[in-house]
Amino acid sequence: MTAFRASLERLYAVFVKELIQLRRDRLTFATMIMIPVMQLVLFGFAINSDPKHLPTALLDNDRTEVSRLFIASLRATDYFEIDKELSSPAEIDAEMLSGRAQFVVEIPQDFARKLTRGENPAVLVIADAADPTAVNGAAMALNGMVSQVFTRLLTGPLRYLAAKNPPFEARVQKRYNPAGETRFNIVPGLVGTILTLTMLIFTSLSVTREIERGTMESLLAMPINPVEIMLGKILPYATVGFFQMALIGVAARFIFFVPVVGSLTTFVTLTMLFIVANLSVGYTFSTVARNQLQAMQMSFFFFLPSILLSGFMFPFRGMPVWAQDVGSILPLTHYLRIVRGVMLKGAGFSDLATDTLALAAFTLAAMTVAIARFRQTLD
Amino acid sequence: MSRPADDIVIDARNLSKSFGGRKVVDRLSLKVRRGRIHGFLGPNGSGKTTTIRMLCGLLTPDEGEGYCLGFDIRKDQREIKRRTGYMTQKFSLYADLTIEENLQFIGRVFSLPDPKQAARAAIDRLGLGARANQLAGELSGGWKQRLALGACIMPKPDLLLLDEPTAGVDPKARRDFWDEIHALTDEGMTVLVSTHYMDEAERCHEIAYIAYGHLLARGTADEIVAQAGLSTFTVEGGDLGALAARLKREPAVAMVAPFGARLHVASRDALALAALAQEYAGQGIWTPDAPTLEDVFIDLMTRAQDNYQ
Repeated sequence: MTAFRASLERLYAVFVKELIQLRRDRLTFATMIMIPVMQLVLFGFAINSDPKHLPTALLDNDRTEVSRLFIASLRATDYFEIDKELSSPAEIDAEMLSGRAQFVVEIPQDFARKLTRGENPAVLVIADAADPTAVNGAAMALNGMVSQVFTRLLTGPLRYLAAKNPPFEARVQKRYNPAGETRFNIVPGLVGTILTLTMLIFTSLSVTREIERGTMESLLAMPINPVEIMLGKILPYATVGFFQMALIGVAARFIFFVPVVGSLTTFVTLTMLFIVANLSVGYTFSTVARNQLQAMQMSFFFFLPSILLSGFMFPFRGMPVWAQDVGSILPLTHYLRIVRGVMLKGAGFSDLATDTLALAAFTLAAMTVAIARFRQTLD
Repeated sequence: MSRPADDIVIDARNLSKSFGGRKVVDRLSLKVRRGRIHGFLGPNGSGKTTTIRMLCGLLTPDEGEGYCLGFDIRKDQREIKRRTGYMTQKFSLYADLTIEENLQFIGRVFSLPDPKQAARAAIDRLGLGARANQLAGELSGGWKQRLALGACIMPKPDLLLLDEPTAGVDPKARRDFWDEIHALTDEGMTVLVSTHYMDEAERCHEIAYIAYGHLLARGTADEIVAQAGLSTFTVEGGDLGALAARLKREPAVAMVAPFGARLHVASRDALALAALAQEYAGQGIWTPDAPTLEDVFIDLMTRAQDNYQ
């Protein structure tokens, strides 16, 4: 038997051992299924960055046909759910401070009269911008409403009040997700976050577990080298990652109806690369941590920035340069571009070359650190 | 240091190892010849495990050098590991793998030609056929120990390092275990075994006794007893409790230990002990006796305590 075949045989030995242990560990096995399902359902269905039907309190000081027309068109935007009528300005602050209302709309006295006189009266819309995301969509709709919706309602004798057409129009072409569906953005991102979490946790425990159970001493006394141990421990979880990817992919396509424009081969190949990248990080943590608790803490320490700085939760380009630099170190950042590119845009390998290379480089670096950190003795 | 002769399997010189500033092993030298069972004795924390770990490449010595099976313990750990079976003090097979799966794993790691067949054969040899599919963690202490030994010898190593293999195992299982060890050395395997049991020490070809990291005595059991220069008497009858208390205060007496209805008295000064036998003749029947290995070890340990602590 050649040296290489012997090495493969040792790798296979660890692979089989890990697979058996994985199968016997019911809890781990359950988490492997439960984490993807729970996260998909929770985030996929729950997250919406363009909320509608926001609670709105109304103070109508005018009470004319025109003001009622305005209110009707406000309702027609779907963003404002007028669920309370205020009777005095004193109530406004209470509405905002208690957070009961997202918006308070105050129509001034003589609104209709000033409008007909052409005095450009102002309607005050107070927004609770403590949560800016919740307000954005509604504020934009409000602007559009005045020029489009409201104008259309100004018929008959009021027609002369309708705004004239602007001198030119800037037309925005929203590609890949024209309707702005949040789930089209979130669900592909979830493929990345779920895989990050599960892959990280599994391998981060793998070496520390052997040390805590005392099996490491035996393993180290055997003729097996760190590379064989590492690959033997990573590969079973890559298989697990493959199945998780399939599970989430099918759910994305058939439950969340996310379009998959690009090629399946590109998706699978690059997702597998991403899976291995995360397994390598987890394994690196495992070689550094002294016990399983530390390994878990490290995983979460890595997971949090992955979610916040990768562009999964907030726009990547909205971050300052230093934060973008930090984000660029994380594999999830590159994978999000890849998965959104493949699923929504139909991007191919050549379009994603930079991010693919970044993932590969990251994986290699993590593995190198893991091998260097792996303690071959008990010193 | 030159490579040792072929029949010297372990040749370690002046090995030292410290943990956190505490010297656990201090300039320890050890020589073990091929086909021998070498007993490694000493009180808890004396550095036995550390020495064994240095020999098989699990720990790097701070100082000193050594050869195991002709390979340098600092450089050729991999070659040593390939040819050595190491049985850890704590059961260290995978508790969540079955007996068969554990053995197959070892077979593959050691590149045995047919790991499945080798595992099967080892199971049959151990008489574990009915339990092959039982999880290793569910076995009783005695069976765990048998399995661990079986796992160690499955790759047919040249050297076995056994770290307190029989701790907590019943006498029958211990006896079987030692019969097995002897059978293995008859086939040419060399064994270094650490133990606390005197009967086991006497079953070794040679013994090394260490305390506080220092080698205090080595040789065959008889040689060690002879070297110690201890004289012993057995005292029977009379008020042995009171006698023991008084003898302990005598400077010439190295050790007084009750054994049932008898008292065991040892001294390094034969004449002084004979004089004491005269003096206390009225308080029991004094009979000259040969010192046991245990007498010698306890005496060595007491003296080591004075010297090194």
